[in-house]
Amino acid sequence: MHKSMTAADVREAAAGVCVIDIAGDVTAASEEVLVAAYTDASERGARAIVLSFTALEYMNSGGIGLLVMLLVRAQRKRQRVLAYGLSEHYRQIFELTRLDEAVGIHDSEAAALTVAGAKG
Amino acid sequence: MSHMTDETPRDARSWANPVTQLQVGDVPEGATNINVAGRRLTSPIQGFGKMWQKTYKVRLPSAVVSPADLIATWKLRFPEFWPKGNRFYGPLTGIAPGDVALLSMKLPGGMKLSTGVMVLFADEESFTLMTPQGHMFAGWITFSAAQVGDETVAQAQVLMRASDPIYEIGLTFGGHRQEDLFWHATLTRLAAHFGHDGAVETSVVCVDRRRQWSRWRNVWQSAAIRTTVHTVAAPGRRLRGRRTG
Repeated sequence: MHKSMTAADVREAAAGVCVIDIAGDVTAASEEVLVAAYTDASERGARAIVLSFTALEYMNSGGIGLLVMLLVRAQRKRQRVLAYGLSEHYRQIFELTRLDEAVGIHDSEAAALTVAGAKG
Repeated sequence: MSHMTDETPRDARSWANPVTQLQVGDVPEGATNINVAGRRLTSPIQGFGKMWQKTYKVRLPSAVVSPADLIATWKLRFPEFWPKGNRFYGPLTGIAPGDVALLSMKLPGGMKLSTGVMVLFADEESFTLMTPQGHMFAGWITFSAAQVGDETVAQAQVLMRASDPIYEIGLTFGGHRQEDLFWHATLTRLAAHFGHDGAVETSVVCVDRRRQWSRWRNVWQSAAIRTTVHTVAAPGRRLRGRRTG
């Protein structure tokens, strides 16, 4: 199996809102890294999770599948999932796979945090 | 996505171009296009039933075939590996991103189902088929191969929810079993193509036990119902055709 080339760092942007900065490749091999980041964010009490894709370099269908699985975990915990930093190419992929219907896509971190209800 | 620049991500050529509704070109003889053209694609998010991830694997000696060669063969000869009684009407040139294929599936009780899939993603390591509205499940199937030790592991992985309540009942009462048999037969045929008699391993995970009741209206798009109505109405259509033609 391929080794993951994904980095996912968690930071608390505001009370109850965590940003996961995703960098590198997102494939099925990214599961361990992304689940660990999601778990970290949840343990910090995140009610909203903002995925930052500004440093995304590659994503295949396995990666999209992984995002769907993360979304299900978040919905189970009644957490909101938002995203920003998607290039036009990856925005189109979110639309093609209809992931955009469940993940709020925003142009900037500030816009995503506003919708997430961050109070600074 | 077809205009490539230095800034173009390296996965750009592997994804289908954006589509709102599926388009179907020439319909091959024997195929029926009543449940594909004009339909939207559906991910597991748009489905009704419990969400499942089903993984089927077969192991081949890597001395026999490398992962890249296995995927190249699988893409080129995809319809040949399907179980008897089911047809995949895809392009003769193999699997490529954006291709739409019509399917004729055998359901329990001798029912036929006419539906289709679109190639969502395809590269040298994997390819993914995504289902349209009305298909028995909303989601996708990813076919991949990887080297593990001295073996090439071929894998079909389904991420899905039943599209509507009727399909959910069908899957619960025999449909899941039928699907397991389908992919077992496919991987067995694939292994046999390389002269190998590999045992198929199955792993099933219920990702989400909740049903999405807000999606019950998907039943109006049901390919099973529409195929049945189309089949029952066939004699009437033929009769009208003779009178007018």
